[in-house]
Amino acid sequence: MIERKTPRNLPLRFGIIALIAAPGISHAAQVANGEALGDACTSCHGIGGHGTGYIPSIAGVSKVTLLQELKAFRAQSAQATIMNRIARAYTDPELEALAEYFSSRPRQ
Amino acid sequence: MKPLSRRNFILSSAASAAAPFLLAPVYAAAKGARVVIIGGGFGGVSLARYLRRHDPTLAITLIERDAQYTTCPFSNGVLGGLYPISQISFTYAKVKAAGIDVVNEEAVNIDPAAKTVTLAGGRTLKFDYLVVCPGIDFIWDSIKGYNEQAAELMPHAWKAGAQTSLLRRQLESMPDGGLVVIGVPAMPYRCPPGPYERASLIAYYLKANKPKSKIIILDASDAFIKQDLFMEAWHRLYPGMIEWVPGSKSGRVLSVNPSTLTVSTGFDDYKAAVANIIPAQRAGAIAVRAGLDEGTGYCAIDPVTFESRVHKGIYVLGDATIAGEMPKSGFSANGQAKACGRAILAAIAGSAAVPAKLLNICYSMAEPNYAFSIVDGFAVKDDSLHLTFEDNRTTPIGASDDEHSREAQSARSWYANITAEMFG
Repeated sequence: MIERKTPRNLPLRFGIIALIAAPGISHAAQVANGEALGDACTSCHGIGGHGTGYIPSIAGVSKVTLLQELKAFRAQSAQATIMNRIARAYTDPELEALAEYFSSRPRQ
Repeated sequence: MKPLSRRNFILSSAASAAAPFLLAPVYAAAKGARVVIIGGGFGGVSLARYLRRHDPTLAITLIERDAQYTTCPFSNGVLGGLYPISQISFTYAKVKAAGIDVVNEEAVNIDPAAKTVTLAGGRTLKFDYLVVCPGIDFIWDSIKGYNEQAAELMPHAWKAGAQTSLLRRQLESMPDGGLVVIGVPAMPYRCPPGPYERASLIAYYLKANKPKSKIIILDASDAFIKQDLFMEAWHRLYPGMIEWVPGSKSGRVLSVNPSTLTVSTGFDDYKAAVANIIPAQRAGAIAVRAGLDEGTGYCAIDPVTFESRVHKGIYVLGDATIAGEMPKSGFSANGQAKACGRAILAAIAGSAAVPAKLLNICYSMAEPNYAFSIVDGFAVKDDSLHLTFEDNRTTPIGASDDEHSREAQSARSWYANITAEMFG
């Protein structure tokens, strides 16, 4: 296949590089990745992570705390109602991007 | 929240230094693209709000026949008397206030070549991108004797609203000791665990108010989702009250007589006090009329963008689609709307769509403080959507009362948050 070096392909290619190389990429890029990944989270946790009711609001929680919890859920070493099942769908760089994004949201 | 600019979203990476030169002309030219959305349910409203939150320049029109929307999720709670229907009904006021043009009319025709939608009143709307989210319509002749008039006597209540209220009134006025029949069609249908949650919450009402009554589920299928969890809950909460008849034991409803409330399977006739007959379903009429279902009843879509396999520039979301292993649920439609929204924003900017993470999280209530869930992730594989993991998808059997109570609280919190995302 001939690789066309057009603007059309560039964003996708950089997007993939960004996801794979998550630990090395900039804060802003990781927040943007996390925002896209976080689309699935807001259905329960609220827009930008500002939820109401029993499901925890995750906006503005520190990145370290969020990442620790998400990884513990995935490793089944912490109990949750459903998060220990959901976390299995995410890789390390994805969890990191999510933690970066939701920690960057202002608390309400 | 402060929406990320479209530029940030598309690039999302180290490309930002070079990209403004490459993308700026496309960005400017695409300003004010016209997005028309047919259907104001979980798919359509989620998409309209998502696009508006990410791009204030788009001209977004939402076509919805009804002035008010009642959610199917949580409508079984109305049947069980947990809360009034007003608590799960929403107007489009805040959708309009968000800068979305809500047109309360029925869409009757789509012209893919001219890129227009015709409304019942004769008006024609031009679109650059069309998203069809019509939900389901019923296949009335799937059960002999069942039709729109019969549904006034034997409600389906599978589109929430007047039918939900009708079924609730029938439950309230039935005598103690009566038989409630729930007829369940073959898959695929909207909300696969719905009939069994419905049986549970009707049992909750009957146990407290009409304890001699019984519920019989006449099912076209031989198994159902979260079956062990439902059976466990029925055994614990409503012993002897709910009977399930699978398809292989003559469970499939073949015909009904609305005037005598008789429901017939291959071998048996059931005389009901209340008959809740759920007929077979297909994509909403507008999708079928536009040929988006290719005669199959449901619409094939690209699993990344949700663009129709039939017509370019037209997208389909939610219950009307064939979405691989994703079930027909409000949660699915909401997630699909965001994936489709990103794909449309990418298309406007002239970039390729990136596959989204899709989930389906579905709580079922067995009583107000007893719920359980199924949690699924979906990824694109072989041009379709497949489960990310196949084990430990549900609440475990034998979970404690405390766990079931926390699931019920989570369910209520989910409902508040997802409806706020759409209607808040």
